[in-house]
Amino acid sequence: MNTWTIAKKELNSYFRSPIAYGVMAFFALIAGYFFYVSVAYFVRQGIMSSMQGQSFPMDVNEFVVRPVFSNISVIGLFLIPMITMRLFAEEKRTGTIELLLTSPISDLSIIMGKWLGGMMLYGAMLLLSVFSMALLFAYGQPDWHPIAIGYLGLLLQGGAILALGTFISNCTKNQIVAGVAGFAVALLLWVVDWASSFETSLGARVLSYLSILQHFDSFGKGVLDTKDIVYYLSVIFVGLFLTARSMESLRWRA
Amino acid sequence: MIKVEGLTKRYARKVAVDNISFEVEKGQIVGFLGPNGAGKTTTMRVLTCFLPPTSGTASVAGFDVQDHPMEVKKRIGYLPETPPVYPEMEVHEYLEFVGRLKGVPSNDLTRRVNEVAEKCAVADVRKTLIGKLSKGYKQRVGLAQAIIHNPDVLILDEPTAGLDPHQIIETRDLIKGLAGEHTIILSTHILPEVEQTCERVIIIAKGRLVAMDTVANLTSRLRGAETVAVEVLASDEAAVQRGLEQVAGVSRVIPKEHREGKFNFIVESLEGRHIRPGLAKAVIDAGWQLNELHAVGLSLEEIFLQLTATPEEHKEAAPAEPVAAGEAQ
Repeated sequence: MNTWTIAKKELNSYFRSPIAYGVMAFFALIAGYFFYVSVAYFVRQGIMSSMQGQSFPMDVNEFVVRPVFSNISVIGLFLIPMITMRLFAEEKRTGTIELLLTSPISDLSIIMGKWLGGMMLYGAMLLLSVFSMALLFAYGQPDWHPIAIGYLGLLLQGGAILALGTFISNCTKNQIVAGVAGFAVALLLWVVDWASSFETSLGARVLSYLSILQHFDSFGKGVLDTKDIVYYLSVIFVGLFLTARSMESLRWRA
Repeated sequence: MIKVEGLTKRYARKVAVDNISFEVEKGQIVGFLGPNGAGKTTTMRVLTCFLPPTSGTASVAGFDVQDHPMEVKKRIGYLPETPPVYPEMEVHEYLEFVGRLKGVPSNDLTRRVNEVAEKCAVADVRKTLIGKLSKGYKQRVGLAQAIIHNPDVLILDEPTAGLDPHQIIETRDLIKGLAGEHTIILSTHILPEVEQTCERVIIIAKGRLVAMDTVANLTSRLRGAETVAVEVLASDEAAVQRGLEQVAGVSRVIPKEHREGKFNFIVESLEGRHIRPGLAKAVIDAGWQLNELHAVGLSLEEIFLQLTATPEEHKEAAPAEPVAAGEAQ
């Protein structure tokens, strides 16, 4: 109940500031461009293979949906810190955090509300890409299962980065610091598995497991893998748990 | 209603509040007086469950702030130093939001919002973005926010800071109007504000409680001797000074600046003597022209000097020997 009150307020604030429009416009532009490139490439390949007399059917899911999803998941790394940076930093700067912390609501509902508010904006942003997917259905016969699973993966991955961003925003009064730090962490979690591309030691495998994008691969292919779901849910849990601890320490330090 | 015992709040490097104890009865308005950095805000933050105390206890309506923070928060309306408003929200939206947070039932929410908007005179800006409001309006929205759930206790941190004189008067009247229904603690560093709005005063300095009394007692105790400023139009400063010194009850005459034949003096009386009529008469009788004659109030600074200089007089308010709890931790 209180969670929902706060989530609604957050979503409202996003749409009353340039953030929501900036993030969504940027996303629409980049995601639209990737979609266009993938479709154009797919059409070229289709024409070429039919000229060469090959008759096996081209797979829309494999050639368009999968690369589009994988690109969207990378865009998320860049855009989500912009969504989370203001969540707590802004309230701490203007002092409205005192209102929240002196109201008869639990820390958990504040944190969940903030995270959910971010999730709703992220969800609204993803909705823009549904338009591109709908075009595929209008002109072809893609399989909808992998698409649904892809979106589920995007939501899980977004939720994980949002949770980390929420924590980072709780650590500072400065939105810009929160944004940059959030982006740095997201970037780190992306590149951390590059070491494993030429190494197979235990350490490299651990790093590879930590990589946030690596776990999206299975979703992009349309495969539900428990291991990856568990990974994202754990990151969400860890992020929100750290936020709760940081809130507590805020009370003691203040 | 409010009970604070041996409250100490220590930060990493300094002690913000040092072993403070006081009680506030139901329905009272209590002024919390002290210079900046005296520990007013910290004490209020402990009472509102924003900060936990390092040692000691505080309770509101019988609920301890550490053991039952939810119950305390339900009964407290709090206006921090800067009103906790969201500039991107409209006034009524904001009040509804706070109402929900504070647990106002949703079927009662619209009525409560209208009621507090009316009471705090923000009904005319209900549809305005808070970010576009003047400081005075923001402050009143902050007050409306604090009373939306009809709390037993209102805690107001410098409610008139940064307002223009007109707005200050409005805000004071508003606060006075809220007394009775609510128990109010308000902090300030302006003495007249306490005199005009509060029944009792708690004075703290450097984290310690220096005095706790009714306004009347405190001011009469501190203003035993009268200080008067006089401006006289005359030809000879020394003659005027001699004339004033001869008035009954005058202990000292201090000449101040003078220009174009106008001489300014500060005259101090003996304990418990009213010297203003005598002064006026002396000036007129001598044939000088009396331009100005007014009592000079004690500034807060002077009160602090007086209070801290004679701590043994206030033993009942501030225990001279700090109880071990504050030190031992």
